[in-house]
Amino acid sequence: MDLLLEGFATALTPENLLYAVIGVLLGTAVGVLPGIGPAMTVALLLPVTYNVSPTSGLILFAGIYYGGMYGGSTTSILLNTPGESSSVVTALEGNKMAKAGRAAQALATAAIGSFVAGTIGTILLVALAPNIADVVVKLGAPSYFAIMVLSLFTVTAVLGSSKLRGLISLALGLAIGLVGTSTGQQRLTFGSPQLADGIDVVVVAVAIFAIGEALWVAAHLRRRPLDIIPVGRPWMSRDDWGRSWKPWLRGTAYGFPFGALPAGGAEVPTFLSYITERRLTKKPEEFGKGAIEGVAGPEAANNASAAGTLVPLLAIGLPTTATAAVILVAMQNYGLQPGPQFMDAEPKLVWGLLASLFVANTLLLVLNLPLAPVWAKLLQIRRPYLYAGILFFASLGAYSVNFQAFDLGLLLCLGLLGLAMRRFGLPVLPLIIGVILGPRLEEQLTTALAISQGDLSTLWSEPVAVVVYVVMALMIVGLVVTGFRRRNKGVTDRIDDNYQEVSM
Amino acid sequence: MSDTETRSDGRSPQVTDVAQYGLAAFLLAVGVVVVVDARSLDRGFADQPVQPYALPYVVGAALLVLGVLLAVATWRGDTPEAEGGEDVDLTQGSDWATVAKLVAVFAVVIATIDWLGWAIVGAFLFAASARVLGSRTLLLNVAIGAALSLLTWYGFYVGLGIPIPAGVLDGVL
Repeated sequence: MDLLLEGFATALTPENLLYAVIGVLLGTAVGVLPGIGPAMTVALLLPVTYNVSPTSGLILFAGIYYGGMYGGSTTSILLNTPGESSSVVTALEGNKMAKAGRAAQALATAAIGSFVAGTIGTILLVALAPNIADVVVKLGAPSYFAIMVLSLFTVTAVLGSSKLRGLISLALGLAIGLVGTSTGQQRLTFGSPQLADGIDVVVVAVAIFAIGEALWVAAHLRRRPLDIIPVGRPWMSRDDWGRSWKPWLRGTAYGFPFGALPAGGAEVPTFLSYITERRLTKKPEEFGKGAIEGVAGPEAANNASAAGTLVPLLAIGLPTTATAAVILVAMQNYGLQPGPQFMDAEPKLVWGLLASLFVANTLLLVLNLPLAPVWAKLLQIRRPYLYAGILFFASLGAYSVNFQAFDLGLLLCLGLLGLAMRRFGLPVLPLIIGVILGPRLEEQLTTALAISQGDLSTLWSEPVAVVVYVVMALMIVGLVVTGFRRRNKGVTDRIDDNYQEVSM
Repeated sequence: MSDTETRSDGRSPQVTDVAQYGLAAFLLAVGVVVVVDARSLDRGFADQPVQPYALPYVVGAALLVLGVLLAVATWRGDTPEAEGGEDVDLTQGSDWATVAKLVAVFAVVIATIDWLGWAIVGAFLFAASARVLGSRTLLLNVAIGAALSLLTWYGFYVGLGIPIPAGVLDGVL
């Protein structure tokens, strides 16, 4: 508790408070804007933060993450096209509400629900992360190796409608991760000195997220204007409050654990929350026509899962969403290695970050209720400028890493890969996770086998590792069984469709 | 990645996505490159349990297998689900000409950045991309582009202490 209070002292310095405000505003803006999301924004800002202290930088990124989760809901409610995969479900009822003239109430329940869920989620994070870190710190390389394999496996094979495409994406990511120098020898560098240090993850992330997306949109730019529903200041009646608070809590209960699992993601819990609310509602006739419960629950779930995602990130150093992956890169750029020792080694930073999450959440509520009409205007930005701007900032982000034209060439090549991935329905997340975890996987395997002097049985010598492999085996069995049972269309297919997009 | 008549939204099982064979071929090519490169690596230290070529062999083999699997799946009528989005209209065909023009713009940027510097090239990048994407107001495009690139250059230089090379404008900025 003392640590948390000290954290607040860190988070509430004027400078850090300013970064939190910038973070939530920027995060909400990019969440609202089509084409860009929090992962891309954090990736673009990575070089910018080289001269900012780690605490301030991470506070900024956490604000962007929370703000992005929030901003996505505005788009889904006012337009029928969700920007982030995590807000797909919100669009189902939210847009119906807006069309029925209840946009203000939909935005309000989303904002307040996000605040409630984010706050509860952050409390759980504060309570859990140090304890998990204490357990994880006792694990050896074999367990780490197992947990990383599990994470790669779940992100690739369990999420996403096509296992084959998930695996392709992962393999490409691992191949990109191979580039560089290993034990004094150059791998896949083709003699190029620029590649000897490996490909900067910043360049990969910016290329795949920003350039790939901009090129993909350019090929399919919607020529007719979108229907945007105008909105005033969000507010809710007593009745709306009464119908919202239970879905908020239930949504939080779904969202947090899913976010904290190595599979991660906000898609499953938002969908589960939606079907739960539809089943429990006293007004089933309103579902499909704009039921407030169908906005309140999923929005809470999606913010709670964002908080949950930070548990494996801080306690194990394992990213489970695209944004978490890029935040991990940011930490590594600062020379920080998130993981079990992280909390003890950097208490000021960690607790400052955790406290800033509470601050960010409150800021989101205070700023965004009055600002909703402004955010709605953002949706009208002229598309050529928006995407030209994305290309501009993506190039700047990649160029400012080393000031080399070579990096821009790399950016273009990987951007074309990102375009192809969207064309062929390859999910983006496995590739990014593969680039980041591939080298670490090799390192843990080397450490484990070096200690055992090459004896492979060491890999299942720790109980945690055994449990993880058993869980993975069960998942494979489950996948095979459902694979046979498939073909009955309906609910499962829809949710699979939603996984396709990565929350960016 | 050629533009074929089979669009990505075609869901009927009879349609073959011919372009997907291209992706399969790409995977096989990358797989071969990774394996060939791995063969050129020497053993590191004798007692090193995971040799530098171990993981490349695994990844390369995986790419080869996946390439074959994708080709088979394509032949059996598997079509991808192209990614949607707010500004993405999948009901129309793909406009690869716009993409090609953007790539050309980018190529110019890469070729000239060392010589002209970020301030000029960045303005060109913004103005040209906006033009390609359908903004007809050329002067306004250039004005916004120039403002953005100058602001970012000075922002990085003064605000963040990151000196972006000025190129031909060295001394002017």
